[in-house]
Amino acid sequence: MSPEKMVRMANQIAIFFKTQPGDDAAEKIAQHLSDFWEPRMRDQLHAHIDAGGAGLDPLVIAADARIRAATAEG
Amino acid sequence: MKDFIIPVRERDMGTPARSGAPVTLTIDGVPVTVPEGTSVMRAAAEAGIQVPKLCATDSVEAFGSCRLCVVEIEGRRGTPASCTTPVAEGMEVRTGSDRVRKIRRGVMELYISDHPLDCLTCAANGDCELQDMAGMVGLRDVRYAAPEGAGLANHFEARNTSGAANPEWLPKDDSNPYFTYDPSKCIVCSRCVRACEEVQGTFALTIEGRGFDSRVSAGGAGDDFLTSDCVSCGACVQACPTATLQEKSVIELGTPDRSVVTTCAYCGVGCSFKAEMNGDELVRMVPYKHGKANRGHSCVKGRFAYGYAHHQDRILKPMIRERIDQPWREVEWDEALSFAAARLRGIQARHGRKSVGVITSSRCTNEETYLVQKLARAVFGNNNTDTCARVCHSPTGYGLGQTFGTSAGTQDFDSVEQTDVVIVIGANPTDGHPVFASRLKKRLRAGAKLIVIDPRRIDLVKSPHVQAAHHLPLRPGTNVAVVSAMAHVIVTEGLMDEAFIRTRCDWDEFQHYAEFISDPRHSPEATEMLTGVPAASLREAARLFATGGNGAIYYGLGVTEHSQGSTTVMGIANLAMLTGNIGRPGVGVNPLRGQNNVQGACDMGSFPHELPGYRHVKGAEVRAVYEQLWGVEIDPEPGLRIPNMLDAAVDGTFKGLYCQGEDILQSDPDTKHVAAGLAAMDCVIVHDLFLNETANYAHVFLPGSTFLEKDGTFTNAERRINRVRRVIPPRNGYADWEITQMLAKAMGADWGYTHPAQIMEEIALTTPSFAGVDYALLEEKGSVQWPVNDAAPEGTPLMHVDGFVRGKGRFIVTEYVATDERSGPRFPLLLTTGRILSQYNVGAQTRRTDNVIWHAEDVLEIHPHDAELRGVADGDWVRLVSRSGETSLRAKITDRVSPGVVYTTFHHPDTQANVITTDYSDWATNCPEYKVTAVQVSLSNGPSEWQEDYAAQAAQARRILPAAE
Repeated sequence: MSPEKMVRMANQIAIFFKTQPGDDAAEKIAQHLSDFWEPRMRDQLHAHIDAGGAGLDPLVIAADARIRAATAEG
Repeated sequence: MKDFIIPVRERDMGTPARSGAPVTLTIDGVPVTVPEGTSVMRAAAEAGIQVPKLCATDSVEAFGSCRLCVVEIEGRRGTPASCTTPVAEGMEVRTGSDRVRKIRRGVMELYISDHPLDCLTCAANGDCELQDMAGMVGLRDVRYAAPEGAGLANHFEARNTSGAANPEWLPKDDSNPYFTYDPSKCIVCSRCVRACEEVQGTFALTIEGRGFDSRVSAGGAGDDFLTSDCVSCGACVQACPTATLQEKSVIELGTPDRSVVTTCAYCGVGCSFKAEMNGDELVRMVPYKHGKANRGHSCVKGRFAYGYAHHQDRILKPMIRERIDQPWREVEWDEALSFAAARLRGIQARHGRKSVGVITSSRCTNEETYLVQKLARAVFGNNNTDTCARVCHSPTGYGLGQTFGTSAGTQDFDSVEQTDVVIVIGANPTDGHPVFASRLKKRLRAGAKLIVIDPRRIDLVKSPHVQAAHHLPLRPGTNVAVVSAMAHVIVTEGLMDEAFIRTRCDWDEFQHYAEFISDPRHSPEATEMLTGVPAASLREAARLFATGGNGAIYYGLGVTEHSQGSTTVMGIANLAMLTGNIGRPGVGVNPLRGQNNVQGACDMGSFPHELPGYRHVKGAEVRAVYEQLWGVEIDPEPGLRIPNMLDAAVDGTFKGLYCQGEDILQSDPDTKHVAAGLAAMDCVIVHDLFLNETANYAHVFLPGSTFLEKDGTFTNAERRINRVRRVIPPRNGYADWEITQMLAKAMGADWGYTHPAQIMEEIALTTPSFAGVDYALLEEKGSVQWPVNDAAPEGTPLMHVDGFVRGKGRFIVTEYVATDERSGPRFPLLLTTGRILSQYNVGAQTRRTDNVIWHAEDVLEIHPHDAELRGVADGDWVRLVSRSGETSLRAKITDRVSPGVVYTTFHHPDTQANVITTDYSDWATNCPEYKVTAVQVSLSNGPSEWQEDYAAQAAQARRILPAAE
């Protein structure tokens, strides 16, 4: 998918969890992305972040790090 | 398995059932006990005694006009009508004395004196209550004739013997495509008028004139049935005791001799019908009195629009082609299936296991859907399965799952009879879910209050004898702000049900929520500028909902098809929990499902992230159930959703699709993107009744079967599992579940189902909420609502009665976030979309019936101010442009839409409203944002260039080579 579309979709998720109580928004975003995004989509997100992560909400970048850490452990 | 066959003519109890304290009386010496309020006529029927009647039928209240049902009651004077006389304790009734017999014969003689005696050639011959009653009362002679020299004193002879016209005679009205009105056969019993009022709630019919001049009349003077308000639901035809209102199909084919009970394949109400047969020919569909969703009512689609099964466009032979620019070639099933299997396996060999996927159909049965997702998970070896629910109710699944713990409506439809305040938000039931709308309107006429939240003034806002207490005409895209503002009023004014919240919900989550929602930024005054909803009326609506008694919320795609669709669903769940409106009759959160089996398709594991019964694929213990049964390994990662499949196709990593019973090119947003995705694939298999729009990009076409041609089950919006029964053999040769199985076998699977009942056994074995479902139970009960298990062996009409499925109900903070799709200088108007009564979804079925008489094309509704600014007159061709694309259609000027908002339907492929819609989607589920698109409207000369190109491409893609000799 186009990078703009991916960035928009990821940021939409971040915006929702940002409004939720608690300080675990990055964890919840990571969970949502793992539960609903097919690995290809997450790979595209990883690649986009590796290339600078333009346009992404910082919480998405934090969430992505958690996804990668979980995958590495898994 | 034995078909569930019942006699064509069921017993008519004469008057509706009552519930009340038991009352015992004797009728002709037979003691009988019935609920208080029951009529003597119905009590007699309960005792097995039929009292002759004409104007009474058990679908409408008694009227007492025909005087045929007179009886004698010990200690009372005269001969009261048994239909209007309620039972009393100890009453002694005689139904058959010489005195009442004589009265009945006299009444009957008068009726027959004004009725033609053409019984043998009448369409209702053998199915006529007048005929039956004449026989029953023993009428042998008619002594009345017109006096010599005077005019004809009847309504049925067009001319007298000298050729002079009879002014009382009126010609047949056959303006409606499905039934005729023949005034010459009318006995003015008023059953049709009462059915239109009481059952349907349209009030299109009346009795005009008095005494001998009384006539049934549709609409005002000068109207016929077609031009009147009649919605062609068929209730009047069903109520008519004679041939006055008669289905044209019966006139043509003769009266039926048997019937099969089955379930309608149109909307999510899931009405039960009797398919009435004459030999092996379907004569008519009649709503089934014992159907628990519809209680004997129907709409124009289910009742009449089944002719598509025999439409000439129906494809009955499999077809293949190497490339989509070639014409189709008809082949045998073996060749089509091995071609498809080889292509899919070839793609997987070249591009990997995850390069192919399926789309299951919300129009097909549970059993068929289960097999299609099984094909992806067990045979393709991936989770790339999705369903059309993606683009309609996926946010319901997510939102209700998060708040209540289960993805389904909480009530049955009967619940509406006990509701006091109804919120209808983002739904248009009189068009989209007509039979439910009729049941709702009946309750509203009895005094329940209605709050409509919709950008458009839908019919429910004001229609005969129904008026919404509040209509909140919000700006498209501001649902969350409006729902939150209502919650703000309820919390800050202390109107919530604290006892319910404390015992049933997570109190900590509620504290967070209450703090959040009490913030003044959520107040109706603060959000008025944004939503366009006057603060005062929003406050009143919120107070009414919180304090007006049983409060029920019904919602549709106007809630889900937004960037914040899931958030709005959560907001609705919050409202219900705040006000304690969960867990008893008359309340609840009720998604009105679009297609017949949306609920079932979701239940059956069609979504890429969850196995049947809404269990995420990441759960090893859930995967193990299927891994053991199927002998395969299940991928623990979620698969692609429909929009993701199309994105991946454009990226070149998704190459093959098996699409059953869905037309994604017409129904999904951003048509150009869908077309690009389809065009990029190497193997598109379309399994459908017709060469739909998606088939223009297909390499394999597998002809499908209609709901009349197969066995299975549908699950409606109230979680009701209803049987679909085969009425006629599949014209294409196979039921759809057989075709999916043949494709699986061609790809190496060893499936061996011989009847859908076996598929249901597998579903019950693996899915806890379906554990107790089997076809024997469905035969016995007619239908059951899941969960059906040891705890609820007969199913679950109401959910969350003692506790939520997830334990404690969870309040979720719902911050309003404006969609990125905004109006601006280039695109100053907001387009929203919907459907209308006579057409269904992409119209593939209904466009191929006479329903086109009501809606031959999609039109653009535009407010007079916006039209005037643009020089647009009613009926003009206009160009509708968004940043995605443009199309042309005709304008309809109306103040149903607010200034700044335009509206259209998407039933016709030559309009292709989805060329306009964008790829924005719900944050949680990717459900497309159909309901908000910034557009501009201007005058145009006719179809756009894109429409012409599209039509040319479609014609090219639909060529079929003549079969080789």
